[in-house]
Amino acid sequence: MVDFETPVLKEYPVIPLIQPGAMAHSKPYIAKPDIQEKIGFPEELVENWQEVAIKKMGELVGKSRALRVFLDSCVKCGACTDKCHYFLGTADPKNMPVARQDLFRDVYRRYFTFAGKYFPKLVGAKDLDKDMLDDWYSYFHQCSQCRRCSVFCPYGIDTAEISMAAREILDCVGVGQKYCNEIIGKAQTIGNNLGLPPPALLDTLEGLEEDIEDEIGVKVRLPLDEKNADILLVTPSADFFAEPHVDGLIGYAKVFHQAGLSWTLSSHASEAANFGMFIGSQENMQILAMRIRQAALDLGVKRIVFGECGHAWRVAYNFLNTLAGPFDFLDPNYPVPQHICEVTYDLIQRNKLKLDKSVNDDKVITFHDSCNIARGSRMGDMVGGQFIIPREIIKASCNHFYDMAEDTIKESTFCCGGGGGLLTDDLLELRVKGALPRMEALKQVVDDHGVTHMVAICAICKSQFSKILPKYGFEMDQVITLHQLIGDALVFDESP
Amino acid sequence: MSFLTLIFVLLFYTATAIIVVGLAYKIRLYATTPAPLKIPTTPAPITRRGVVVRMFFEVTLFNSLFKSNKWIWLFGWLFHAALLFVLLRHLRYFTDPVWGWVNAIQPFGKYAAFIMIFGLAGLWARRFLVDRVRYISSPSDHLMLALLIAIGLSGLGMKYVSHTDIVAVKAFFLGLMYFDWQPLPADFLLVVHLSLVVSLMIIFPFSKLLHAPGLFFSPTRNQVDNAREKRHVASTG
Repeated sequence: MVDFETPVLKEYPVIPLIQPGAMAHSKPYIAKPDIQEKIGFPEELVENWQEVAIKKMGELVGKSRALRVFLDSCVKCGACTDKCHYFLGTADPKNMPVARQDLFRDVYRRYFTFAGKYFPKLVGAKDLDKDMLDDWYSYFHQCSQCRRCSVFCPYGIDTAEISMAAREILDCVGVGQKYCNEIIGKAQTIGNNLGLPPPALLDTLEGLEEDIEDEIGVKVRLPLDEKNADILLVTPSADFFAEPHVDGLIGYAKVFHQAGLSWTLSSHASEAANFGMFIGSQENMQILAMRIRQAALDLGVKRIVFGECGHAWRVAYNFLNTLAGPFDFLDPNYPVPQHICEVTYDLIQRNKLKLDKSVNDDKVITFHDSCNIARGSRMGDMVGGQFIIPREIIKASCNHFYDMAEDTIKESTFCCGGGGGLLTDDLLELRVKGALPRMEALKQVVDDHGVTHMVAICAICKSQFSKILPKYGFEMDQVITLHQLIGDALVFDESP
Repeated sequence: MSFLTLIFVLLFYTATAIIVVGLAYKIRLYATTPAPLKIPTTPAPITRRGVVVRMFFEVTLFNSLFKSNKWIWLFGWLFHAALLFVLLRHLRYFTDPVWGWVNAIQPFGKYAAFIMIFGLAGLWARRFLVDRVRYISSPSDHLMLALLIAIGLSGLGMKYVSHTDIVAVKAFFLGLMYFDWQPLPADFLLVVHLSLVVSLMIIFPFSKLLHAPGLFFSPTRNQVDNAREKRHVASTG
């Protein structure tokens, strides 16, 4: 990996002048043959890769209205050019959403459109040669599929859809990304991204129960594979051990405990995140989604609730019903699935939780809207509930809360810099530079309001910020989970 | 029938066939290609009626573009709104008697061409002045703007510099519509204007001008946010 410098935080965000090729060297590790084979892709670059790629491209466009419309409709107006955090952080023009799409669109036009077949120079159509394939591998792994560009595009063109398709084509010619594909393999065989087997999981949960009892003197349970529980909680496996994630898991358990809800985790579906989405593979996404359905059936639960995880929630909220539904065997009084924030918010509304906000008086909080929750899903039954509900939970748990600048939150939120299958150390430079817009917005509220902690509700955001915050002069533990905040504020009257 | 008239009769029939068949083919493709998953860009409306409202403001006010960049919005919106006026104004060459409301907008329509050219010039200037937009512009992006500006200028030329026999032009187009062909005046600006318009019609279904029908089929904009309430199945779009 090359040495790089962390960008300097400016007082006001500045759109950089383009620096062609600035990030051309950024490439994640390629998946080894055994990883590829395990999830149904060729082991290495196939001999007739060009032919395979073009055929796959035609097939994908033929079965996706989004791709077909997006590839035809772009007028190169430039509205998206300053919207991507990776462009703002790296200045590489191929990180402008339209230019990233054009890596795909130029090839599509060359092989599938009249203008591109007969007048390639005029419309900028290009052959799919080895250089182009390398550019694809590099720059489609510099997109975190955060959909910020799609908010600002006059036609709603979503670069995420195009980068998913490009990654699927790359997989089909044998050039997979190690990080994503290895994880998908583990989740499909063991049940979670970390490859944590059931006994280890059980051991971890028992340890956490002891920790909670030691700390607050209350027996709060973290049940695993408990048949006939009401709620199946599916949470990102990072919640089982990573910091600060695990404090969130403890928070969910405390909320369930105080509300008297019956719940369980599953060792079969011990992962909320669905990395199949990152590589655009609906087949792989479905295998993971079906594990959740199976767990719900086996355990005989009435509801499915998802823990704090951004991309997981997008897949759960928008795709689960299509991929693994219908869920008519669950209690029809609750949406399927529910987000843990919806459950907690509802309990607060109904006065089922006893909270002492002053416990968190040492903290001044701001909130990072996770990209896939903000722009790819919803919470509650009102438009924009995904912005309202987490903030209401924060306000119920602490006295000091300040939002970051309006153009960096809610639907305009910036990705943490590590989403979409890029949370790997071989992409560290990209992750650090891509975090720049969020770090600038954070710096502003730290300076203006003395913010001490940033709350996140996504496993990737939490891991990314823990790693990146110190590079920008913050402390790694300044990112905390929402359910830690509320968990700490819960008051338990039970005698030890 | 003069040679010029014959050429333009054939050109207009061909161009009309290409734009109608081409667009119909593309729209059919958009409509029949499945949308396998729910992908509205949220926050999105949770009812069909809400989606209609969202689309209405996208189409008429360019809402998303307004959020994005005020300059592109200003130039782009002025161009499109003025173009609409100009097109409606041109209806008087295709209707006899001219509809009342077409007559009513004539006074505004006259100035719309100036606004249209102003908007186009602004958009073109960005392709040179903003380094990011310069980077993403291909020759066809410049040519498209040049074509539209040339159509506007040649039209204005006939209005303010060198008049053509507008009564004969109208007779020509009514003749086209009723298959009773009439001679086309052999004026330079008119021939230029009509040639460019024919080119635009032919290019339309093969170019980025497809953003016009495309917008209506964009899943991130036209889907209802109701994945949990109603199971989305691919074939139903």
